[in-house]
Amino acid sequence: MNEDVLIKVQSNPKFRELVQKKTSLGWMLTIVMLVIYYGFILLLAFSPATLGTPVAEGATMTLGIPVGIFIIVSAFLLTGIYVRKANTEFDQLNQQIVEEARK
Amino acid sequence: MKQPFAKLAATALLAAPALAQAADAISGEVKRQPMNWHAIIMFFIFVAATLGITYWAARRTRSASDFYAAGGGISGFQNGLAIAGDYMSAASFLGISAMVFEKGYDGLIYSMGFLVGWPIILFLVAERLRNLGKYTFADVASYRLKQTPVRMFAASSTLVVVAIYLIAQMVGAGKLIQLLFGMNYTSAVLLVGVLMVMYVMFGGMLATTWVQIIKAIMLLSGATFMAIMVLASAGFSPEIMFEKAVAAHSKGAAIMAPGKADPIDSISLGIALMFGTAGLPHILMRFFTVSDAKEARKSVFYATGFIGYFYILTFIIGFGAIILVGPNPMFHEGGDIGAKLLGGANMAAVHLANAVGGDLFLGFISAVAFATILAVVAGLALSGASAVSHDLYASVIKKGHANEADEIRVSKITTMVLGVVAIILGIAFESQNVAFMVGLAFSIAASANFPVLFLSMFWKGLTTRGAVLGGFIGLATAVVLIVLGPAVWVDVLKHEAAIFPYKNPAIFSMTLAFISTWLFSVLDNSRQAHEEKAKFDAQYVRAMTGIGASGASKH
Repeated sequence: MNEDVLIKVQSNPKFRELVQKKTSLGWMLTIVMLVIYYGFILLLAFSPATLGTPVAEGATMTLGIPVGIFIIVSAFLLTGIYVRKANTEFDQLNQQIVEEARK
Repeated sequence: MKQPFAKLAATALLAAPALAQAADAISGEVKRQPMNWHAIIMFFIFVAATLGITYWAARRTRSASDFYAAGGGISGFQNGLAIAGDYMSAASFLGISAMVFEKGYDGLIYSMGFLVGWPIILFLVAERLRNLGKYTFADVASYRLKQTPVRMFAASSTLVVVAIYLIAQMVGAGKLIQLLFGMNYTSAVLLVGVLMVMYVMFGGMLATTWVQIIKAIMLLSGATFMAIMVLASAGFSPEIMFEKAVAAHSKGAAIMAPGKADPIDSISLGIALMFGTAGLPHILMRFFTVSDAKEARKSVFYATGFIGYFYILTFIIGFGAIILVGPNPMFHEGGDIGAKLLGGANMAAVHLANAVGGDLFLGFISAVAFATILAVVAGLALSGASAVSHDLYASVIKKGHANEADEIRVSKITTMVLGVVAIILGIAFESQNVAFMVGLAFSIAASANFPVLFLSMFWKGLTTRGAVLGGFIGLATAVVLIVLGPAVWVDVLKHEAAIFPYKNPAIFSMTLAFISTWLFSVLDNSRQAHEEKAKFDAQYVRAMTGIGASGASKH
């Protein structure tokens, strides 16, 4: 990349917008995933009995089962949210930046 | 470590995505089973089909980009399947279902650890990696740093991870094939080694990817069928399935709750699994096979979906085995349901295949398990070969002026060498307990590769000195702590007590790697360091926008 393109892109307000949006979404979702997973790990480490509580009076299924399924599903949903945002909104913005840099 | 968690964690490491679970299948004596003809025939159909693909791929593999990255022409969906294939190894399938079979809920905990690394890879790594790199993750780490030292570090840690992973796979393969096919250990290891070399040497990344995709589809369909049959036997009610399992299992209701866990060890394991995934060279390399950042993102989305689905299936399969295999004398040694499973605990899913689908389906599942190993070792070999040819030969020895044909030749020779080494190590380690090796590979990936890769993309202040010293410190710490920990010091070297009390060193070794990389970078006031920092902006723009990224080659 030559200096010219670099300066053009960096001074483009759209680039700043892209960086701001992409990084904040990325970090926010990362934190959500970390909180969900390490919350689970800490619960496991300090209060395993909680996860062993039956979901309902007399049920065999414990709370741990839906929680586990929730974590697996949440990982998938979080990636879905990011890909949707990034592949539409961010990529459009990106496209404009790339085109403007070529001018 | 007397806590139950020590055992639990050990089992977790075994269950990692390499054939390592069930010390039974790996470390213990394995009795050869009678020849299983259904399995052998189906396996040969698979081999014939994949060799056909290799032949097709070989005619399309000409340039270095074809060889390392399938010309960048793999779609996001295909790559998602291939990544899932790399991840859903025979160990994930047999190991995690065996863990559920033995311990119930604890099996699910481990599958989660393997899954939650994927969103992190997507949010922080995938597209930046695609935009900055070409064939290996070292392309990214050395983007603005000095090529020679960074490439040497990246190539060594790649080769260490690949070698360790390969040993675990080869030994596991030999034992598993003995069990499933009734073939002897040495010929099984030879067969795996030879096929691995053929896929990679002739078909490059294109063949390796398609072998992985086919196997992923076979494994997902087989596992889906088993899970449906298990649910059907419980009238499609999870509650009834759990009730039956609790009634059938010797631990009773305890299988529905987590066992006790040591906080440090469980967090450390979580760190190794989560960040190790983002540092495994054979996984990272897959992001260069797609055309752009958009497809790279899609691949992670699909991969996460397939892997998550697969772990839910293995959980159901494990419970199915509790219900249908546990109480059936036919699957136990000497027909005694109190005795061990025939072939060891690892065989729970395989016996379940027999219970729900008869001999033919048992053959299919056995063939899938073998195919899985082949596909995974092929990916590993390719990753090791690119580290040698692209990082060491082309960038370090030839200073970036290597002739493309020579570079490809070097990677083919390396593949051959890796094949021979893998066979020798596979035979040498036959009677060793290699169960700790997968944990070691994940810990090294999390402690050496991940910090350097991550900081190179996110931190302007990273310098060559910081990256190389920090990376090597992470690598060394992870290895040393594993050796001094219970998995090697006690289980392999037979000492009384471990010097380092935890099974999983990542929380210490990864932290140390980050701190030392940071420290050596800020202390670095050389002119080179200033130049490297100055190049960050250009790297950042490319990482963000993809301007200047290597595109897909035209076919």
